[in-house]
Amino acid sequence: MLLGQKIGDSEAYISAPVHSSVSGEVTAVKEHPYHAGKNVLSVFIRSDGKDEVSPDVRPPGDLMEMSSGEIRTLIREGGVVGLGGAAFPTHVKLSPPKNKPIELVIINGAECEPYLTADHRLMVERSADIIRGSLVIKRAVGAQSVIAAVEENKPDAIASMSEAGREYGIDVVELPSCYPQGAEKTLIETLTGREVPGGGLPMDVGVIVDNVGTAAAIHDVLYKGMPLADRVITVAGDGVARGANLRVRLGTTFADVIDFCGGFTGEPGKLVMGGPMMGLAQYTAQVPVVKATSGILALRGETIFKGEPPHFTCIRCGRCVTHCPMNLMPYILGSYSDAGMWTQLEDFYVDDCIECGCCAYICPTKNPLVQLIKVGKEGVARRRNKVESLAKSTAEKE
Amino acid sequence: MIMAREDKPDRDEKLETEELLTIGVSPHIRDTDTTARIMGWVIVALLPITFYSIYIGGLSTLIVIVMSIAGAVATEAVIQRLRHMPVTIDDLSALLTGLLLALTLPPRLPFWMPLVGGAVAIALGKQVFGGLGHNIFNPALVGRAVLFVSWSKYMTTSWLVNPKAAVVNTAAVKSIDAVTRATPLYTMRLVRQGTLSLSPSGYYRPLLFGNPWGCIGEVSALLILVGLAVLLVKRLVDWRIPVYFVVTVMVLSWIIGMDPLFAVLSGSLLFGACFMATDYVTNPMTRWGKVIFAVGCGIITVLLRFYSNLPEGVMFAILFMNGMTPLIDRYMKPRPYGHGRAVSES
Repeated sequence: MLLGQKIGDSEAYISAPVHSSVSGEVTAVKEHPYHAGKNVLSVFIRSDGKDEVSPDVRPPGDLMEMSSGEIRTLIREGGVVGLGGAAFPTHVKLSPPKNKPIELVIINGAECEPYLTADHRLMVERSADIIRGSLVIKRAVGAQSVIAAVEENKPDAIASMSEAGREYGIDVVELPSCYPQGAEKTLIETLTGREVPGGGLPMDVGVIVDNVGTAAAIHDVLYKGMPLADRVITVAGDGVARGANLRVRLGTTFADVIDFCGGFTGEPGKLVMGGPMMGLAQYTAQVPVVKATSGILALRGETIFKGEPPHFTCIRCGRCVTHCPMNLMPYILGSYSDAGMWTQLEDFYVDDCIECGCCAYICPTKNPLVQLIKVGKEGVARRRNKVESLAKSTAEKE
Repeated sequence: MIMAREDKPDRDEKLETEELLTIGVSPHIRDTDTTARIMGWVIVALLPITFYSIYIGGLSTLIVIVMSIAGAVATEAVIQRLRHMPVTIDDLSALLTGLLLALTLPPRLPFWMPLVGGAVAIALGKQVFGGLGHNIFNPALVGRAVLFVSWSKYMTTSWLVNPKAAVVNTAAVKSIDAVTRATPLYTMRLVRQGTLSLSPSGYYRPLLFGNPWGCIGEVSALLILVGLAVLLVKRLVDWRIPVYFVVTVMVLSWIIGMDPLFAVLSGSLLFGACFMATDYVTNPMTRWGKVIFAVGCGIITVLLRFYSNLPEGVMFAILFMNGMTPLIDRYMKPRPYGHGRAVSES
């Protein structure tokens, strides 16, 4: 097995291949814990430490002569997915239907969550690659312009991105630093004043948003031929000895990353993949770093919030309503979900919730609003399926 | 379940640590504000006015405050015990209700009356609806309304006799006061009817710094504003409610020919607008809903003040708008992102 060699692929449209991040020997192919809670079939590779690069890894040739279809194929074969955290395959995002022309590409440098600073470091250290990668995106979708959006509290990143972008006429726009500024819909509204319609995608308003890490990965694939085999992650939290931004090979276990950062400190609490607002709490440190791993957060037992109220209590302070970036009414969603009122939940736009966590964070009665909303979305979907299948069977009978 | 890798036996120690990892749904961090802390800060905002009123009114004021709080807290505990629910008097909300009620009562009531008021406030104002967060009407005002209709003579005349604050009264006001012992609002009503002639500006100083003819919490408009400042600085209440409430009363009073500044300083308007109308549970959830609520409170206050037989209209105005709150909430929903506004065509 060589570095950059493909080890897994799927025929599904919304998928991207996985490549080896080391050279070495395959020792096992078996089930292993995965960040989403279940076990998945995993390839175990023992590194030989030589990092022998696969012969498949070579620059693909002159970009200017490629069609956008060829660029998309290369991006897919390079295993590029959105590195902001959702890991949506990039080639799919870059294939808008013909009736939805893309005019603007936004390169998202707004950190997706508090604690995470990986995108910040990447913009300081690899601004030129990010800019070149974003020009590839622009070409692939035929957009007229590209803007890079960076939060105003990162002057060094703004400086380095502006300098790299000047040559190509790419503007850097300063954003207010607040959460969830990095969320796609919030970002588009801040920059263009447009709202992505409910249930729609950014392409519905002529925009594509890609994370700075994704742009850098596209650069690596198209200029060097190197597929996505490592990524920059933030290690943070009071439960780890040293916080750091690290370039980590995909497949490295959380345990090894934490060891590298001096190990756990304090009473064990939560080990989170991603940030504190939307990250997934892990039950074991044996899960690997994957493309969706924007950070690893270790929180001490003393600092994590433990108590949850036995019943849904709300003092109607209204903070969740004023803080919701989607203008929803989280307290109503929470109480309806708690009562199993799926029809009413739909009327209050539960499906538009982006689960940013602002409501649950701010709630003084500590209602688990995000949890209730997740349950509510499930309930709504189940009910919808049931209604549809009932309608179908009645139609068949008739 | 823990997966150990055969090639690294030295991991055993870490595996034990891992077994203790907590899992749970995001967000993994929470704001430090709690119900008890919010209630605590509202109480802090009320402390200046509370202490000053005790200084002015002495023992009788202190008795009213203590009895009202005792009635409220004890009732909360007893009812929660009877309902087999956890007793939550430590969230300070019953204490706050008791204090708020006391501050809307006259300072010289028989001791049992605030006790009954506190008990009624919690029992009929709050617990009967299901407890904290479920009540439709402001509990303290429910308690006050029951006392008002049951013992209205006590509730409208038990003002202070020879209070310390009288020193700030101007001579003109003093001479009137000696005759009528009426509240400034009532005196001004007589002025408006032409039976008396007195400039309202003579009342400004006592109303701001030490008002003897009113409820405990109306002792100083200035200290009410200090309390409001605490609430606003700690971002506990939306500024829209007190501001729209007060401005509505000012404008309407001016239109019907009353002195607008007097209309604000006199009676229970400031206290009601700052501490009663802003109660989380009983006002609308959205910004524009709050504006409608506050303007409604203002309109009804002026109507009751000047066109009814009631001595003051703030309490019933707020209670009425409390009742309207579910309706306002129903129609003042925020427009969700991505719904309603037309997508721009390019």
